[in-house]
Amino acid sequence: MSGSKDAILARIRSALGDVPRGEQSEDVEVTRAYVDSHATGDVVDLFVERVEDYRATVTRVGESDAPAAIARILGEHGVENLVVPPGLPEELLAAYQGSRLSDDPPLTPAELDASDGVITLAAQGIALTGTIVLDAGPGQGRRALSLVPDLHLCVVRASQVAADVPLAVRTLVPARPTTFISGPSATSDIELDRVEGVHGPRTLAVVLISG
Amino acid sequence: MSRDDVNVVWLGSPTFPKAAHDALQDTQLRRNLKHATTTIRDKRLKAVAELDDWETLREAGSQIKDRVMRHLDEYLLQLEASVTAAGGVVHWAQDAREANAIVSKLVRAKGATEVVKIKSMATQEIGLNEALEDDGIEATETDLAELIVQLNDDRPSHILVPAIHRNRTEIRDIFKREMGKHGIAAPEDLTDEPRALAEAARVHLREKFLRAKVAISGANFACADTGTVGVVESEGNGRMCLTLPETLITVMGLEKVLPSFSDLEVFLQLLPRSSTAERMNPYTSLWTGVTPGDGPQEFHLILLDNGRTKTLADVEGRSALHCIRCSACLNVCPVYERTGGRSYGSVYPGPIGAVLTPQLVGVGTSEHADSLPFASTLCGACYDACPVRIDIPEMLVHLRAKVVDSHRGGVPKPEALAMKGAQVVFGSPRRLAMAERLGAMAGRFVGIRGGRWLPGPARKWTGARDVPVPARESFRTWWRKAGRR
Repeated sequence: MSGSKDAILARIRSALGDVPRGEQSEDVEVTRAYVDSHATGDVVDLFVERVEDYRATVTRVGESDAPAAIARILGEHGVENLVVPPGLPEELLAAYQGSRLSDDPPLTPAELDASDGVITLAAQGIALTGTIVLDAGPGQGRRALSLVPDLHLCVVRASQVAADVPLAVRTLVPARPTTFISGPSATSDIELDRVEGVHGPRTLAVVLISG
Repeated sequence: MSRDDVNVVWLGSPTFPKAAHDALQDTQLRRNLKHATTTIRDKRLKAVAELDDWETLREAGSQIKDRVMRHLDEYLLQLEASVTAAGGVVHWAQDAREANAIVSKLVRAKGATEVVKIKSMATQEIGLNEALEDDGIEATETDLAELIVQLNDDRPSHILVPAIHRNRTEIRDIFKREMGKHGIAAPEDLTDEPRALAEAARVHLREKFLRAKVAISGANFACADTGTVGVVESEGNGRMCLTLPETLITVMGLEKVLPSFSDLEVFLQLLPRSSTAERMNPYTSLWTGVTPGDGPQEFHLILLDNGRTKTLADVEGRSALHCIRCSACLNVCPVYERTGGRSYGSVYPGPIGAVLTPQLVGVGTSEHADSLPFASTLCGACYDACPVRIDIPEMLVHLRAKVVDSHRGGVPKPEALAMKGAQVVFGSPRRLAMAERLGAMAGRFVGIRGGRWLPGPARKWTGARDVPVPARESFRTWWRKAGRR
């Protein structure tokens, strides 16, 4: 309805009669005196501490121990039917014995729901807030993959951990569908009692590869 | 809910003074509210204290919003261009009726008769669910608290936790009674453990998520430069709605636009700590138009005016549009804590509701809206808590004056008469002395009777306040006596 668009824009312009005619948007001062990072000490240690604060688990391993750690975590949660996004490095699943669900052709929501879990990489981590960021890049898959299955195992490299939110936001690619994940799904809607696990994965397991 | 001809949904309660009076008698409600607001207040203080530059973040948030409002036309046009370039479709809606009609038409074009919804203040404001129902479309709220409110045909009472007025036992009873009527029933042996209640909601809603063709959301932010829209949530119901259906319809108030994607670095720090008192909420989704092979392949963004341009026109009231709906002001408000959100009658309760609602509706057009700027003690706690530094107390005083001005002429209200009287009394020392003597006599009378209320039209004033007993002698009488000694 272009009539409505014109009417709304006209109303905005008449409402802003107090704004000097020549003023540009950049003329309105924004003081960015806030810090880029509140993190102190070792950023990766902080990331681990903050992710665990959310009752997610973090397993720190060296490169060569990652496949065994991944297989063990999946085993502990009884995962026998694992969703594997395109682009996930094959060696990460070298020790996993169960079956795999490929997303090519795309799995239906019902198929995702019937799986036991999903493994993904991440775009980055944010230490201060204990957040992992997914942007549908290689090894992460489309957004539904990390949402519908009940267990999300996320592999993050220490080098991917940003100290704080401003630093992380500055490296995001706006065109990519991006999800910030801080702990498992949760609600505080009943008497403000926090309950983990509503609609998203009830278990979030992070495998942090150092080096 | 009454829809009538107003642009903002009224929740069917009487005006604030009456509703508050009733709410104050409800001890269960007061217990639930006190527990909830105290808990979240304490948590928020801790979350905020972790950032030693909080004040500079607030300042930046406030300035960014100021920039947006002063150049809103420019940013909206830029947003429209960015969203369109990314494969989305932008619609403009002047009021509730127009927005609802656009949504309904889009849903019907998909052949859908049911939609899933993410909690959204804008869609509550315009009464979207009821409008869709009139058109034969069933909208299911998927946020746990909204689901509780919807199943019980209840009214929301808080921006962030709309069922804050219900305790766990009440919620269990609602689930057992209502869930089966709308889909998968709650288990027979459902307990009132929050974990069990959340699980019942998970099962009830999952089936709906998996088959939904159309989802409806609000928006926390939309970045003009990139066209990126963001939704901040906790449960994952938002991600379900934003990811699984083929079509996504987002209804966004005009004021939610941000100049730049990089401004998220400010608001993703301010919002979670102010609203749920967390370092970061569990899930934040950002999407830009349509991504082939990932998520909805059709995206509609509806830009909603519905009184916002009216609010923009009042230079002193404009910054009510800076609100990011965190609800921190509700949790610190002594009036909200005692009367609850439903007393405000609007989907926007608490201090921000008391300044936003009358402006969206229009001052002087409704007795309901006009009562809200007076629902405050002006203590200032809301201003301190606001992450974008909205000076709510100042604005309340401004709106009170506007309400009074809008009633000039015609039959004067009791306050106006009282003020007139005061003007006469204070105008002459002789009259003031006489009034003081009368007051002292009245004081004796009030004191003897033990009553704390006044008769006649003044009774309304004392309905919610105790009258202080006037001193038995005035200062001037005492001074005269003391001088003689």
